[in-house]
Amino acid sequence: MTSAAPGAPPAALADPAALPPADTAAAVVRRLASRIVTLCWVELRKMRHDRTELYTRAIQPALWLLIYGEVFTKIRAIPTPGGIPYLAYLAPGILAQSALFIAIFYGIQIIWERDAGVLTKLMVTPTPRAALITGKAFAAGVRSVVQATAVVILSAILGVALTGNPLKLVAAACVVALGSAFFSCLSMTIAGLALSRDRLMGIGQAITMPLFFSSSALYPEQIMPGWLQAISRCNPLSYQVDALRGLLIGTPAHLGLDLIVLAVATVAGVAASAALLPRLAR
Amino acid sequence: MEWPPVTEPPNAGPVLTGPETTGELSNAVLCSGLTYRFGSYTAVDRVDLRIERGETFGLLGPNGAGKTTTIRMLTTLLRPMAGSISVLGVSAAERPMLVRRMIGYVPQLLSADATLTGRENVELFARLFDVPRSQRRDRVEASLAAMGLTEPAGRLVKTYSGGMIRRLELAQALVNAPSLLVLDEPTVGLDPIARTDVWEYIAALRVQNDMTVLMTTHYMDEADTYCDRIALMHAGSIRATGSPGVLKASLGAGATLDDVFRHYTGGTLDDNTESGGIRDVRRARRTARRLG
Repeated sequence: MTSAAPGAPPAALADPAALPPADTAAAVVRRLASRIVTLCWVELRKMRHDRTELYTRAIQPALWLLIYGEVFTKIRAIPTPGGIPYLAYLAPGILAQSALFIAIFYGIQIIWERDAGVLTKLMVTPTPRAALITGKAFAAGVRSVVQATAVVILSAILGVALTGNPLKLVAAACVVALGSAFFSCLSMTIAGLALSRDRLMGIGQAITMPLFFSSSALYPEQIMPGWLQAISRCNPLSYQVDALRGLLIGTPAHLGLDLIVLAVATVAGVAASAALLPRLAR
Repeated sequence: MEWPPVTEPPNAGPVLTGPETTGELSNAVLCSGLTYRFGSYTAVDRVDLRIERGETFGLLGPNGAGKTTTIRMLTTLLRPMAGSISVLGVSAAERPMLVRRMIGYVPQLLSADATLTGRENVELFARLFDVPRSQRRDRVEASLAAMGLTEPAGRLVKTYSGGMIRRLELAQALVNAPSLLVLDEPTVGLDPIARTDVWEYIAALRVQNDMTVLMTTHYMDEADTYCDRIALMHAGSIRATGSPGVLKASLGAGATLDDVFRHYTGGTLDDNTESGGIRDVRRARRTARRLG
């Protein structure tokens, strides 16, 4: 023993008749907001302590642009709107893909935190489940924006004519963050169903590539077979890519619809994974 | 050392009613008919439990006896399939958020976040329990100091030893000045010196903070030394409750707590051949991997 223990205030003792009234809706919302801020803060601290991941993850999108992008630009196999170079058409798709790959990892991370006991302990604090999920979704968003910045810089070096409009760049960053938030929630929802890391790794790999190939990230919807077009229209990644293309390289886009789809999907994703979170604590 | 005064935020906790000692209010925990099943396996079977305010209560039993499942219901992590729980007069089923506010919980695994510093781990809990911003720094530092962690507080937790992590978890649990401290196997995996160390910290805190302590253990010697009362749990139900002294005396002079346990359960506490054995090994491996 090196020091005296702190003297705490007297233990709270509840008189059942004098319990504070149930929380009002405003109090619930205030608590949710305050917890989200706290959990976002803690995720930022974690990222500050370990930045190597931020760098190594930039390698894969760089390969897609440098190898796949350069080759397919040369052979001109894929028709692009307005005949823009394929590399320019591809860059926003790779941006969205790299964000997807980061986000899908979050389901594994939350199972890992469960196995380590960290999640369980957080769930015994007065913190709404939705705040725990939103903190993770925020972290996925921030990581994705960092990586997207690297992809944008690389694209510019490769000669892609990107917008210089700062407002559009900020809007694109928001779209990247929102998309990642959704996909991290999708991953955490699956985690709540799969419950084990091994199962989730399998499922994660089984869904990332189909999500990627059934979106408009690599090729326009018009050249897809009918059945794939139908799937692509249900795939939030297609909406994210559409918005990013519109903002970054100025192709015709449905920005309003894209944002609504991504926002609604994210809110639904937070709700679904928060509802499944207690299963992980069992 | 003194805590800075606490001003509770709105709806922060139950109203203080002074030193009442009668009726339901003298109970820190009151459970009745508590039941939980995993599939067809009944992990906790109609458990009744009463823990008085201010006492250190030990829940003893071999691995697989249902201790952790009971703790998980008390801490609102699991919803009981039958029965009721009240913590300091608050129903866990009706007001889980309020119950969580009053509890400090240290789970079985070493569960501080290894990717944060010690200080950040404690600050996170101060924020999650709404310690007002003006008091946060003082409270965090006081908690760290009370656990002898001021010097390493700025280091990442992955550089800590097992005993340091346990003390850090206590600091996390205490930053909110909880009324009920729940410890699930607090000394598993620690060497004997670290074990004694952790117990001395807990004992000192409890005296000064008027805190109720509920802990599970399968170390008989620890229960004998540190608990005011114990409950012997076996195969999901409680077989005997009382102070270690009374329980031993009931078997005659010279009886040990091991004898008491054998008498009431027909088994020994060191029996690790049940399903819990392999789980413990896995957990220990996981912890080792995580901490690098």
